[in-house]
Amino acid sequence: MNLIESPPFKRDLDAPKLNCTEPVLTMRSVSHRFGDVRALNNVDVTVYPGEVLGIVGESGSGKSTLLRMMNLEDIPDQGDYRLAIPGATQNLFALDRFARRMLRARHIGIVYQNPHLGLLMRNSSSGNVAERLLISGERRFSALRSRAREAFDASEFPLERMDAPPIELSGGMQQRVQLAKALALEPALLLLDEPTTGLDVSVQAMVLDTLKRLQRDRPITMVLVSHDLGVIRTMADRVIVMRRGRVVEEGLADQIFQDPQHAYTQSLVHAKL
Amino acid sequence: MSQPLLEVENLSKHFDVHHLDQRVFAFSDVSFRLFPGQFLLLRGCNGVGKSTLLRTLYRSYVPKHGHIWFDAVEGRIDLASAADVDITALRRRDIGFVTQFLVARPRVAADELVAEPLRLAGWPQDRALDEARRWLGEFGVKRELWRAYPTTFSGGEQQKVNLARALVLPQRLLLLDEPTASLDAGARHALIRRLGALKAQGVAMIGVFHHPEDVVELIDVQLTLAVKEMADVAE
Amino acid sequence: MTTLRQLTRPWRPMSYGFLDSSAKRELRRKLLKAIAIPGCQIPYASREVPMARGWGTGGLQVTLTLLKPSSVVKVIDQGADEGVNAVSIRHFLAKVSGARETIDTCEATIIQSRHRVPEEVMRNDQILVLQVPEPEPLRPVEHHISAARQMHADADYARLWLILYEQMVRTGRIMQATEYPSLVNGRYVMSPSPIPRWDVPKLHMAHHLTLLSAGREKRLYAVPPFTRVEPLAFCDVPYRVEDHAHLTCSRSGLNGYFMNEVPQDDGGSLFELSDSGLCQKALRRAAGEDVPIGPTWYRNGVM
Repeated sequence: MNLIESPPFKRDLDAPKLNCTEPVLTMRSVSHRFGDVRALNNVDVTVYPGEVLGIVGESGSGKSTLLRMMNLEDIPDQGDYRLAIPGATQNLFALDRFARRMLRARHIGIVYQNPHLGLLMRNSSSGNVAERLLISGERRFSALRSRAREAFDASEFPLERMDAPPIELSGGMQQRVQLAKALALEPALLLLDEPTTGLDVSVQAMVLDTLKRLQRDRPITMVLVSHDLGVIRTMADRVIVMRRGRVVEEGLADQIFQDPQHAYTQSLVHAKL
Repeated sequence: MSQPLLEVENLSKHFDVHHLDQRVFAFSDVSFRLFPGQFLLLRGCNGVGKSTLLRTLYRSYVPKHGHIWFDAVEGRIDLASAADVDITALRRRDIGFVTQFLVARPRVAADELVAEPLRLAGWPQDRALDEARRWLGEFGVKRELWRAYPTTFSGGEQQKVNLARALVLPQRLLLLDEPTASLDAGARHALIRRLGALKAQGVAMIGVFHHPEDVVELIDVQLTLAVKEMADVAE
Repeated sequence: MTTLRQLTRPWRPMSYGFLDSSAKRELRRKLLKAIAIPGCQIPYASREVPMARGWGTGGLQVTLTLLKPSSVVKVIDQGADEGVNAVSIRHFLAKVSGARETIDTCEATIIQSRHRVPEEVMRNDQILVLQVPEPEPLRPVEHHISAARQMHADADYARLWLILYEQMVRTGRIMQATEYPSLVNGRYVMSPSPIPRWDVPKLHMAHHLTLLSAGREKRLYAVPPFTRVEPLAFCDVPYRVEDHAHLTCSRSGLNGYFMNEVPQDDGGSLFELSDSGLCQKALRRAAGEDVPIGPTWYRNGVM
């Protein structure tokens, strides 16, 4: 059926009229193939300062691939990526590996679903935070300690456990260590890849509360990928719905959940218990 | 009062329900103007689209045709086609929505929940909490509940917290979706007092009320929505 | 009329300096490259020498390449000239090159060593060859060699700092005893072989050339004269050498140098100079001989 292809109400998503601030993140025409699979197909994303952008979609929709590109871990076949950070005016995808790595270490924080990806499990938790500060050139031991303490405080991690290795911590605590590591340098962008998937419901709620409080207390910009619509609903200001490497719908979080336009979004939202 | 705060022109809304292959019409060609300090009561029988209109104005629902001109500080902006970021900014600053239900989050205390809009507007934590507690008191939430989690409250208490949260920050346009439902008399009076005070400050309001007699002294204008048919588009 | 016999040397069972000339040419090229990029590990085709891997084959190949008949060689193992390994290497070097053997630091032109840098200051006409068991300072944090090379290329040494951080957190002090990671010329971090922390500052802005070579791992690197060698240390936790300054050698009576601990039957310990060459010179001087002792890096335990 093709009936209700009433064209979506025309909106110029890129041209806010009130909000004169520049977007933190701008991605344009990002496309990528894995062999025959179009993992990303002409994806555009804009994220404004202080907002939480949720990305939803089923497995294989390209949401995690997109997040990896945002973290500059992967480079797409084509596309343009800009972050509003000092000294970075060019397409970040065009940077060499080393420059990308330095930029990532300095300006982008990430929390992975699997803490093994983001943490040295046998080092101390504070060492995991310190590593990031060391990469950025901090060479004072006392400063490493105090900045690690601040980061653990912000991620609501018990300070008396900050020297325990992550391998001895619970899943929720490991996520907080990742969060502290991500926050250590006050990143321009905080990326969250299914940060609470696999946690107990009550632990999940506590981690989300921490994120919510962070968002309220400091001007932090987040991109949150999750297949859990409840998490997105709690956290996101705006939502992007992805399917088969394309953005099928984009809008305010309440609008996506209350008045989804695209057939796929409708089925996704209605499938939620 | 030369410039209307809100000017709605030929606003229409329908829903496309893809899996039913159906288009559901809510309302069409609604036009009205609202000036600062005016109170507009939406009337009409159940299912006529009163709440839908409120949500469309708030942009929770996507408008299909027409314009919603809002007189923002920066200039006139059409909410129907404004960018999402602008809507977010306006919601934090100028446009409030008061629902019947509190969207509480587990493990967030009542006073923190109420203080949140103030924090987002840049208030320091202690001042925001003081102000939040003042309003909780104003709406008759007992002091011992201020630090408790509203998820555990009764419906009536939750609604008081909800009202405090929605009204703690003076905005320029308030959308009220049956805020008096499930309120006891004391809280209802507090609400009406607060609405009256806001109106006197120039806040414009659009409301849907089960018992409009509660707010009869506030009403300036009334708008009655008429029933539309459900149409099957496939025909 | 000249004959072919006059133009060629008589057949000999092995090349001068044991290694064949192509091996030595390769080593010389790699040595020059290493000197040109201080601290950078240069791979080379480590040859077979008549000694087991791990006993100093890397150092031996470098020394064999540098030897000439006028050289004077000294070999130390654990600071001592008279250890079995040191003696065999020294005899071997003399035998294949005609170089003179010595145990006097001041006299030597080439000093091959494993665990120590001699206490007497080396001059700009001397070369120190260090035998290195594990040349890769990143080995404890990155088991993948190509990844480690990438980290060197990026000067990505945060994980090494992290080791120091973890030691500080767990024990309140830096525990690294030997192979203390050190930044060479502000660019590459090297492992200065198993020399104690005591000896690392001797390499900083030294007058002599230091060559470090790992035979099993097939890597060599260099610290040219007058090159900065800075052990990694936090700004607010200064680098510390071993607390040996107050110890006195039970044989020579010297103090203020790096000592070996000699456990006694009564449970106590005596100490003796780790640098046996210096110890002997002091003993001979005490016996009335006129032995010149060169200036030392440390005086009364202070650098």
